[in-house]
Amino acid sequence: MTASKIPSDKKLTVSASPHIRAASTSRRIMLDVIISLVPALIASGIFFGLRALAVVAVTVVACVLSEYVTRRIMKRSNTIGDLSAVVTGMLLAFNLPSSIPFWMAALGGAVAIVVVKQFFGGIGQNFVNPAIAGRIVLLISFSTAMASWTQPLSGFMNLTAPDALTGATPLVAYGTDAAPGLLDMFIGNRGGCLGETSIVALLIGGVYLVARKVISPAIPLSFIGTVAVITLIAEKGDFVALAYQLMSGGLVLGAIFMATDYATSPINFKGKIIFGIGCGLFTCLIRLFGSLPEGVSFAIILMNILVPHIERITTPKPFGTVKEKKAKEEKKA
Amino acid sequence: MAEKRKTPLTKELTKGIIAENPVLRLVLGTCPTLATSVSVTNAIGMGIAATLVLVCSNVVISALRKVIPSKVRIPAYIVVIASFVTIVQMLVKAFVPALDEALGVYLPLIVVNCIILGRAEAFAGKNSVAASFLDGVGMGIGFTVALVVMATIREVLGSGTFLDGIDSLTALFGYTGFTGFKNILSQPMAILTLAPGGFFVFGVVMALANMLAERKGKPKAEHTGCAGCPMAHSCGLRASDCSENKEKEEKAV
Repeated sequence: MTASKIPSDKKLTVSASPHIRAASTSRRIMLDVIISLVPALIASGIFFGLRALAVVAVTVVACVLSEYVTRRIMKRSNTIGDLSAVVTGMLLAFNLPSSIPFWMAALGGAVAIVVVKQFFGGIGQNFVNPAIAGRIVLLISFSTAMASWTQPLSGFMNLTAPDALTGATPLVAYGTDAAPGLLDMFIGNRGGCLGETSIVALLIGGVYLVARKVISPAIPLSFIGTVAVITLIAEKGDFVALAYQLMSGGLVLGAIFMATDYATSPINFKGKIIFGIGCGLFTCLIRLFGSLPEGVSFAIILMNILVPHIERITTPKPFGTVKEKKAKEEKKA
Repeated sequence: MAEKRKTPLTKELTKGIIAENPVLRLVLGTCPTLATSVSVTNAIGMGIAATLVLVCSNVVISALRKVIPSKVRIPAYIVVIASFVTIVQMLVKAFVPALDEALGVYLPLIVVNCIILGRAEAFAGKNSVAASFLDGVGMGIGFTVALVVMATIREVLGSGTFLDGIDSLTALFGYTGFTGFKNILSQPMAILTLAPGGFFVFGVVMALANMLAERKGKPKAEHTGCAGCPMAHSCGLRASDCSENKEKEEKAV
């Protein structure tokens, strides 16, 4: 995510305290995102235990450390103070199973920050979401470790092997005894990536972000809405299956926290809607027809790459009219 | 005279390794580079095959440079190159069938490898046989070195092996005792053996070569027109043929 403007050193010291409402800085925005991630973090601690929190700590440390070291080597200013590396680390961890070896988690963090973010110029310059890119690199490289989901500690319902299939699995298991109940799905008592399971915690974070005007609800709503419509058609109007599909996998996490990254999503409303619908479309295509069980991360990364083109076709009209006037004036002159 | 020729001739040999490395500095032959740098054995095999073709075609084209009419030079070059590729392909099929299987279509595709046609057009077509021979050897070594460096990174980190299947090459000398190091990593990063990892390693090694060349005072290989081209001093294109200059001219008009 990026700042709308770069604060001077003086302003940065003033806005260091979270209690002072200074002009919107990237540090303040990132802090809001971190706050909004806390409910999901707590939920992951409850359902997956200390191991989950340790994974989060490892990725956050790896991200911050690699940001510091890369900036140092490249002789650029130190940017760990803007907290964006912390957000990347938390989001990456939320996309990993809690059983992942720590070194893999750290490697994912380093890839996200060094390759995707710093090689392209640092905060605001990344062409895709660093956390998702880190997750995809790990997913392709270590498919076994990335798909061995541990079950919630307080396992009332024993989701066994089926959930080794990640996200869309509760849908695979839907209709069998192995499927978790809808309420369990909602509060997060199911297998999956450590931060994606608790829908209620993610929604609380999302509402906070919208209320703080950190994100606009356009992308999450159009993203989830598109998935809902396509699923409803594919499931021939089965609303229970729809609920499973919407709450399974990383859909809510991706739609609220990953697809809304400032640097990699369109700026204006029309663009955001196109972006959200595209994400939903690709997610459904991969879920319904692809060989992969989950498509949220690939959908978001695909749309990230299309953002410059979306921006081009959604350039607001006033800009165009001014241009036309200028051209006419020049002709008159 | 012999004294005078000595320095440039050795330069023709060494320039291909870093300063004008065909893959890393001239960015030629990208497709076979990405495809065959998955394992070191493949890289060595591909490097040797391409070097053989390059040296032979450079020598023959250089010897015929005054006979070939310039209007049909490209088809003529291709005929020469294709003949040598066919010979090399038959030799590989006969003596190293495992390599032929591993390289697959990329072995016959040496015909259209732009390093070979590029050297024929840019160098062999207007330099002496001796200079063209050394140029071919140097460029061939440069290609092989680039392939092996990339393949080492990709094979060790991506498959956890090193020199795997090397016995298919050493069998040429009647030795098959060593079949490569295995299980170097318990959990290799499979993405490096796939296309995205290949491009990533390519970019990193390219940046490294750029850095090394810059230290030697060579121009950075950047998209800045003829001035930034490592081949500028030997390039045969007239300035007006160069697409960069054409664009500038069009803008000026």
